[in-house]
Order: sequence, then C-alpha cells, then structure tokens
Amino acid sequence: MKRVVMPGNETVAHAAVAAGCRFYAGYPITPSSELAAEMSKLLPKVGGKFIQMEDEIASMAAAIGASVAGYKAMTATSGPGFSLKQEHIGLACMMEVPVVIVNVMRGGPSTGLPTHPAQGDVMQARWGTHGDHPIIALAPAFPTEIYMETIRAFNLAERFRNPVILLLDEILAHTYEVVDIPEPEEIELVERKLPPSGLNRLDFYTYQRKEGDPPLLPNFFQGYNFHFESLAHDEMGFPTTDPEKVAYISRLREAKIEKHREEIWKNDEYMLEDAEIVIFAYGSVARSAKEAINRLRSEGIKVGLFRPITLWPFPHQPLRKAVGERKVLVAEMNLGQMVYEVERALRRDVFTLFKADGTPISPVEFMDKIKGELI
Amino acid sequence: MSYMDYVRTFKLPHSWCPGCGIGTIMQAIVRAFDALGWRNEDIAFITGIGCSGRMSTYINTNSMHTTHGRPLAFATGVKLARPDKHVVVVSGDGDALAIGGNHFIHAARRNIDIKLIIINNSVYGMTGGQVSPTTPQMFRTQTTPYGNIEPNFDVVKLAIAAGATFVARESVTRPRNLEKVIEKSFLHKGFSVVEAISNCHINLGRRNKLKDQITMLRWINDRIIPMNVAKRKSPEEIKDKIILGVFHEDKEREEYTQLYEKLVERVRGSK
Repeated sequence: MKRVVMPGNETVAHAAVAAGCRFYAGYPITPSSELAAEMSKLLPKVGGKFIQMEDEIASMAAAIGASVAGYKAMTATSGPGFSLKQEHIGLACMMEVPVVIVNVMRGGPSTGLPTHPAQGDVMQARWGTHGDHPIIALAPAFPTEIYMETIRAFNLAERFRNPVILLLDEILAHTYEVVDIPEPEEIELVERKLPPSGLNRLDFYTYQRKEGDPPLLPNFFQGYNFHFESLAHDEMGFPTTDPEKVAYISRLREAKIEKHREEIWKNDEYMLEDAEIVIFAYGSVARSAKEAINRLRSEGIKVGLFRPITLWPFPHQPLRKAVGERKVLVAEMNLGQMVYEVERALRRDVFTLFKADGTPISPVEFMDKIKGELI
Repeated sequence: MSYMDYVRTFKLPHSWCPGCGIGTIMQAIVRAFDALGWRNEDIAFITGIGCSGRMSTYINTNSMHTTHGRPLAFATGVKLARPDKHVVVVSGDGDALAIGGNHFIHAARRNIDIKLIIINNSVYGMTGGQVSPTTPQMFRTQTTPYGNIEPNFDVVKLAIAAGATFVARESVTRPRNLEKVIEKSFLHKGFSVVEAISNCHINLGRRNKLKDQITMLRWINDRIIPMNVAKRKSPEEIKDKIILGVFHEDKEREEYTQLYEKLVERVRGSK
C-alpha cells in the first residue's frame, strides 16, 4: 500500500490507469478539468491514448469508439457537459458497450455554479438519456473509496457491457486528501468476455443470451465483422421494428443489471444499529452527516447513517431492511431528488434537508434540523 | 477476398428508394475495397443517421451505425485506438455539414487517417425532404415551401480550409470515376474527403420539377464539369457548374495517429 496526498480528480485518474483504462477522450469543464490533465500526463507513459476532442458529445463518442475497438475507455465532465453526453450514453446502453463516465457535479441548472458543489445530477444519471435503459451509477464519498470505486466502475462496465457513471462533486474533486493506494496485485480487475475465434459469423446471434447475462459481443477487428447498431436491433444486431424482437432485446438489456442488483449494490452504515433517527446521505454530504452523528451522540441523541455507494440501481430492499420503522432524514445538495426513491422504498414520508446554493450542508445544519424537527 | 465478401447480401433488399444514387456510391466503395484487396475484418465502416447511415448495415466489415452527425467522432476513437486498421466513414450532407459540422472540421484539422465519403444529395431525404446546408438557393423543400433563401456550403473549400489533406468531388453520374477517386482517397494517409454528388428525386426532385431519377441525373449531368475541362473555360462559363476532380492532395503533412505514436515514444523514452 502506498499513501499519497491528492485531490479527487487526480485520484480517479490514477485509479483508472490502475484499472486498465488506456483511452481517455474529454473536453475541458470545471470542476473536472484536472482529471483530464492528469490523464494526459499518465496515459502516454503507459502507451495509452489521450485526446481532447472538439466538444463533449465528441469525447463521449470517441470513448465509445475506442471501447468498441477493445480499450477500457473513460471520459469525464460536469453538469453542462453531462447534459451534452446524454445521447451517446444512451447509444452505449443500446449497443451494450462498456464505458466509464465521470460527472463531477456542480451547481445547476445551465451554467449554474461552475466552482461550487451540488448533487443535482443524480436523477439525470439515471434518466438523462431518452428511452428505457439500464444504468449503473456510483457515488463514493471518501478519498480511498474514490480510488476503489473508480476501479469498480471499470469492472462493472466490462462485466455488464454497460456505461457506468461515477458521480463526484466539486468538494470531492478538489479537496487534497490522503489516499491509500493498494498494490497492483491487491486489485481485482475484470476484463470483458469475448467470443472465441472461428465461429460462423452469420449464425452468430450475439445479442441472444440467457436472461440476466450480458451479451457476448466481439470487439472490432476480432474477425467477426460485427455490426453495432443504435437503432432497435434483433439478436444479430441488425435494425428491426418487429415488436417481439424489440421487446425481447430490451428485456435482456434491462435484465443483465436487474438480475445482478445484489452484486452491484454497495452501502455503508454508520452507527445504525441502535439509532433512533437514520440519516440517508451520499457523496460528500454523508461526511457532514457523520460528523453531525458524532456530535449528536455526545449529547445523547442516537442518530445513524445509511449511505448508498451504488445510487443506481437504487438499493430499495437494503434500505428498507436497514431502516425499518425508524425516523428518516434525507439530506441532499439539491432540492430533493433521491428522496423520491427513498420514499418509494419505504412507502412513507420522510424528513428532508435540502440545499442547492453552492455550499455544502454543514454538520451544524444537520444538528439544528434534527434537534428542531426530529426529536 | 472477392467483391461480394464486402456485402451483407443476407440484409438485402436495402431500404433505399428505387433509383437513388446511394447504391452507385455503395458499389463504388465496395469496388474500391476489392481493388485494394483490403481484408474486410481490417476495416471499420462507420455511419451517422439518414439514408447514408443505413449503408453500415449492408457493408460486411466491422460496422457501426451511430448518432446523427457524429460518425467522425466515433471513428476518431476507433482510429486512435487502432491506427493499424482502415477506418471509413460515410455521411450525408446534413449529417456531415450541419449537425456534424464541428466534427468534420476538427477531424480535418487533426488530419487523422479517416476516409470520409460525403453523399451530397442536397436534402434531408430520410426525414421527408427538408432544406440542408447544400440545398441550391430557391429550391423548394418541405421546410422551404417558398424557396430556399440560404446560401450553401462548398464542401471542397470547407474541407481544404479546415486542413483535410485529400479533397475530391465526383458524381454518381460518373460511377467509374467515382470508384477511382474513392480508391485514391483510400490510399491516402491522412484525412480524406470525397464529396459524391447524388440524386434525391423522391424528396428533393419532386418538389423542383425533377421528379424521376433520369430527369434528376440529367440535371446533375448538365451541371458537372471535370476539372481539366473547367480549366479551359472562362470564370463566367463555369459560374454555376459543379467542378469534379481531385482538388487537394498533401502528402507532406503528418497524420495524427503517427504524431501521437511519436509523442508516446518521446514520453516513454524520456523516463
């Protein structure tokens, strides 16, 4: 293990390279730019490819192109750029191409607050691109966790052949903190499964598979002359409007994530067992929550934390199980987004603490809220 | 490898209208592959959206049907990932010059070794015939019912100005010349652009007294003029003509992926 001090943006870059990422395409945007800068330094050294594209849309496209050509690929952006990338995130879902997208959240909407943190893109991460599609989104909150979750993002992308969105915010991206970097041999890496050579190409029903499995697709230049299609396609990957086939492939696409939710879910609990009040928070907000919990407990108020690290697919069942009938406070740096999922999971109203003014939710704000309304 | 190895015959019949010039262009591309003897598994064939976008379904190579205007951006990722392979992009006038205009000029600026063929039929055909950046002035389209008042792009000038190192224009009315110029562009190392003038009698012609393919092809044929013939004419005589030929060929400028490989060598050597 190595101990290094660096900001979240650089942590993601180093973790990506450790995860086997050898292609990065991006476009400058605050507060994610240092991530691209670090990749531009690191990738040539390991023989990887870095390109600054002409816009956000193009960088998403180039990353997908490189992935199709066999690379582990990544792009990073922030709110406005995340909006622009949405069409191609949908394309990667449709074609079932692995790719990692980092979104360092800043205040929105529109140009918003480029240098300030927010969590206003969590619903966009789920539903930003048009149409029904499976998605995985991860929201780490601590420096070493950022490193490990970046690696997990690549592993999940390759395992399920799906875009994986890594959500940071301006605080996590810019704060210099101590990161514990594991040795390469301690890191478990997942490589995408490829079909063997020598199969009859015309009989190769690539998108057909056991429900729940990711498809076994070849890379470009592997000898298959495979067709990647953005239109609704059949088992062979060719365009179709046949309702049965459209429904069949769409169901398989959803099932690969749905059936493996338990493998993808990851939650953290803090002082939850004896807590009378449960805070639901993710990302940097959860760190304020922890501090508030410590202070409240010293005053004899029993508060605990449920922190999802996997935001999508949303951990409905684990949350329900962990919380039970206890009082819940949902805190987010937005005007209320994940709260809808929490209420859906618990099937009841919860207390809320929302803030979308470009400043973090402080431990004192948690304490005031809890003392004022929850006890 | 034979001619038919480059075609997914099992996907035929195709979805294009009878008499469309796109078939001629597809055949010219396939013939160029065949003439060069490229192995189909070494080719990435990438298209955007529109009638031109459908070609990737029928060409039997590694293929990708992407989003509107962005095939060059996907192709840039593929080519940078695998500089040893051939990357071919087919795009339409709306795809390459309107929604994809930014990717077009930047791929040209980088001089990345992608072979772009722009099928210029002067209209958005698949969506029913709306005005495009190359629709002739005063032509009627679905969205210019009183005539198009906008000037149009000169693809050749745009490509040269942006930095493409091989720029040519041909017409579907001269299939052999088209095939030869595509073949030549395929041999070029760098970003190449071949503008293929094509006919959309269905969605452009019928609104402009050119409603069948013969009438429209004649109309194209009357306006084209080979470069060597044009050179002997006065500027007045060729004012409204479409000049055909190879306009620009720069073999000196270094190609992007080669420059990138040199950068990697430099960085790794300096450790």
